[in-house]
Amino acid sequence: MASSNSYTAEDTPPEVELRDPRLAAFLAWLIPGLGHLYQRRTGKGLLYMVTILGTFAYGMYLGGGRVVYASTTKPPVPLGLNKQAISQLVEDYGRWHYLCQLPVGLAAVPAYVQTWRVENDKPPLDFFGDNFERPPYTREKAAILFPNEDPKERQRKYFQSTDQSKENVVIHHSEREKWHHDHHFHFELGTVYTMIAGLMNVLAICDARWGPLVAVHPQDKKKPEPNDNESG
Amino acid sequence: MLSTIISLIPIATATERLWYAVPLLVSFSLVYSATRHEEIVPILKHAFRFGLWVAIFMAVMAAIIQITTWTL
Repeated sequence: MASSNSYTAEDTPPEVELRDPRLAAFLAWLIPGLGHLYQRRTGKGLLYMVTILGTFAYGMYLGGGRVVYASTTKPPVPLGLNKQAISQLVEDYGRWHYLCQLPVGLAAVPAYVQTWRVENDKPPLDFFGDNFERPPYTREKAAILFPNEDPKERQRKYFQSTDQSKENVVIHHSEREKWHHDHHFHFELGTVYTMIAGLMNVLAICDARWGPLVAVHPQDKKKPEPNDNESG
Repeated sequence: MLSTIISLIPIATATERLWYAVPLLVSFSLVYSATRHEEIVPILKHAFRFGLWVAIFMAVMAAIIQITTWTL
C-alpha cells in the first residue's frame, strides 16, 4: 500500500512518559538534562547535559571565567513608564546578558548571590578560589569592600593591566574595562556562548515540560483524495 | 605578488574567528533537533540537515556582506 502521506516514523508524535512534568521542568532548569534523566529519557538527557553545559563551560573558558555576572539583584520591572524609570532600568540592567544566562540553572546562580553580597557591601564568596561569577568592582566599591588594602595594591589587582606588548601599564577606570581589555574579543564571545547555553536550556526545559514538538506538514492538514486510499 | 598576499592577511585573521561559530552550530543544531524528536538517530539526522542549512545561510550572508563592502 502506497500513500501520499509524507509522515515517516521519525515524524509521528512519539509516546513519551513525562512523569511529573513540572518537577521535570524544574530539574531541567536546575541542571540541563537532569529533568530528562528523571523522566528516564536518558539519551536526550545526556545530549542536553553535554551540549548545554559544554557550551556554557567553553564560554566561561573563553571569557576567563568572568563573563557570567549580574549587574543588579533588582527584578527587571520598570517602576513606571516615564523616561526616568526606563533609563534607570537600562542603567540597572547594564548586564542584561545575565537574563539569558540564568536559564542555564545552578551554574549561573552564584552570580546572583555574589551580586547581592557586593550590593550589600560584603566581599564576594570565594567559590573555586577566585570569587566565581562576582560582578566587576568600581573604584568606590573596591574601597568599601577592602578598606584595609593598600590603594596601590588594590589598583594593581583590580584596575591595572599591561598592553599587548607587555611593556606598558594600562590603568582602567573600572574593573569591567580591565576584563574587556585583558580578554579582548574573547570576552564578548564568551558572553555570547554562555547566553546561548542559557537560551538552549529554555528549549530543553520546554521539552521536559511538554514533550517533543512535532511539526505537522501542511499537506497533511488537507482532506485525503479518494485515490489516496487505493493501492498503487 | 607579495603585497597582494600581505593585503590578504587581515581577511585571513577575520575568517579565523569564524571557527568559533562551529561549536555553537553543532550544539545548537543538536539541541534544536532534540526538541523535535525522541530517538537519537532522527535527532542526529535532523541536526545534520539543520546545521547544514544554517552553515549555508551564514556563508551566503558572509558573501553578501563581503561583496557589498568590497569598496569600503
